[in-house]
Amino acid sequence: MSNRSYVLDIAAGRRKIRVFEAGEGRPLVFLHGAGGLSEDSPFLAALAGRWHVFAPLLPGYGDSEGAEGLRDMLDVTLHSFDVLDALGLDRPILVGHSMGGMIAAEMAAVAPREVDRLALIAPAGLWLDAHPVPDLFSKLPHELPALLFHDPAFGERMMTAGGDLDDPKFLEAFIIRNTRQLAMAGKILFPIPDRGLSERLYRIRAKTVLIWGDNDRVIAPAYGDAFCRGIAGAELIRVASAGHMVIVEQPAAVVGALTRLD
Amino acid sequence: MRFVWFNLMPWPDLPEDFREKYRSVWVDIPSALYDPVRGHEVYNTYLDQLEFAETVGYDGLGVNEHHANAYGLMPSPCLMAAALARRTSRAALVVLGSSIALYDPPIRVAEEFAMLDVISGGRLVAGFPVGTSMDTNYAYGRVPGTLRERYAEAHELIRRAWAADEPFVFNGRYTKLRYANCWPKPIQKPHPPIFIPGGGSVETYDFCIENNYNYSYLSFFGFLRARRLMENYWQRVAELGADDSPYRATFAQIICVGETDAEAERIYGPHVSYFFNRCLHVFPGFADAPGYRTIKTIQSEFLNQLARPNLGQAASLSWGELIERGYIVAGSPDTVRERMEELIKTLRVGNIICGIHVGDMPPEKTRHSTELFAKKVMPHLRGIWKDYDNDERFWIHPLPQRVTPAPIATEAAR
Repeated sequence: MSNRSYVLDIAAGRRKIRVFEAGEGRPLVFLHGAGGLSEDSPFLAALAGRWHVFAPLLPGYGDSEGAEGLRDMLDVTLHSFDVLDALGLDRPILVGHSMGGMIAAEMAAVAPREVDRLALIAPAGLWLDAHPVPDLFSKLPHELPALLFHDPAFGERMMTAGGDLDDPKFLEAFIIRNTRQLAMAGKILFPIPDRGLSERLYRIRAKTVLIWGDNDRVIAPAYGDAFCRGIAGAELIRVASAGHMVIVEQPAAVVGALTRLD
Repeated sequence: MRFVWFNLMPWPDLPEDFREKYRSVWVDIPSALYDPVRGHEVYNTYLDQLEFAETVGYDGLGVNEHHANAYGLMPSPCLMAAALARRTSRAALVVLGSSIALYDPPIRVAEEFAMLDVISGGRLVAGFPVGTSMDTNYAYGRVPGTLRERYAEAHELIRRAWAADEPFVFNGRYTKLRYANCWPKPIQKPHPPIFIPGGGSVETYDFCIENNYNYSYLSFFGFLRARRLMENYWQRVAELGADDSPYRATFAQIICVGETDAEAERIYGPHVSYFFNRCLHVFPGFADAPGYRTIKTIQSEFLNQLARPNLGQAASLSWGELIERGYIVAGSPDTVRERMEELIKTLRVGNIICGIHVGDMPPEKTRHSTELFAKKVMPHLRGIWKDYDNDERFWIHPLPQRVTPAPIATEAAR
């Protein structure tokens, strides 16, 4: 298994993006959620055990640049096609988690001929009045683990690893990273993560798998049913003992569900 | 020196246990706490106070804009200024502001400000705040990451609309107008004086200096932060080669004047406590939606050790500590005079926005403090910047002859 990390110039020099690449086999592109993605993510390693994985970081995340040119959903959707072009990939398996799932679904709806295998893991993008998605932008750090994870204690260990918020240097880096990331994410998620996707879902032709943590307290499993109703032939797979961060809590189960796209 | 009498217009009936029962005075405070019948009295009392301030010699009357906020009951500052325009005759109407990125299309602000300037005979000071994150992002749903771009575009549209003599095409990213055409246009040329409320972002310094706009630092958190922030501002003025007229800058200060230091504490203490305990009880999660502040500003705050203001931090301070830290300037006329002189000279500001009504202060006390400041403090501060008093760039230019409202015609009079 090879592991590569590199920066790509895309969109004729307009943006630069960091890409993590690993594994071999059929190409699979993974689009991360609003919290970002680290190179040593165990989920990436799990994917790389079976596929040739490409995980690009959205501008505003890591050292990817060019967020100022991405203002709305269409910009982000087309940007993601620019990434596939730059990687030279033709119809890879497209997988997205949370915000990344919203982007992947938009790509499949905007260009149905370009996406034929689609996996949406607890995707954002729809709104149900009966199941309001909490306002993550106004949450304090200590409020997040209980929302994001099935097991809040495990979540807290995951989220506080590697730093001390009382150290000014770490705090500054943390605030700047968080601001860059969520300023970008906010363009498609703030104040309500709905940019009209429900009107476009019918266009999706890809074989689609939806994967949901049974105990998702951010985007309730009811959204899985709503996506299934909107995408012809989509299949919903629920994962036990997992919350919104199902890819962290149950990576093996997620990989198992993804094999349906092989 | 110029003095603006300003009232945030707080709701005076927040319950005693507000801090315990509710997480925030702003954004998600239940509107069941608002009683419109009581509100009728409150608005009219506050407007009476502003009108009174003109009669005792304040140079301007200040109003501002907040949303979903129980300590700032002016979602539409222009409505308040319109009410004042007819019942006052001399003072500047300092509207701080309209948050120009919140209006669709923003030419609405050009129109309303022009109306105010025309009705008042050229007495408008036009404030263009970005608005707080609570107001713009949380209460009004603007996306944090594009708010400043929207603001810049709205500013450009308003300036062009005031300057143009013909309809023009405005093809912005957020606003597209085939016929941008501002009727009426303001009396003051080329435009009413523009004040920009800022909180320390570097981009705002440059924007003010390059356009000759007044930089207004509006804070409830006193000297220390203000001194660092204003030092940085004046340093930037020098770097850009602009003159150092103090009239480029405005500072807001809570001021309580009594006959003696002891009287000030006794009669105003409870209302100051109401303000810092109940009015400034804001959920920290609403303070700053990610993307509201630019990376450059965050880095500069760390570099300059400008602690972020935490609205709740003053809640536990005693009267003495509030004075010592400069959150309030309070005491006898002599005490207040001395402290204000130091503040004005240290910060190098030509305008003071006087927060004299505080929290749930009743009308008689408000009048007492307003009068004492006007009669026993203001005269001693007037001349501090006398060498710059010919600088008219940052203040109103009313018509020399202005119409006053005619008595209401009645049947009997006919």
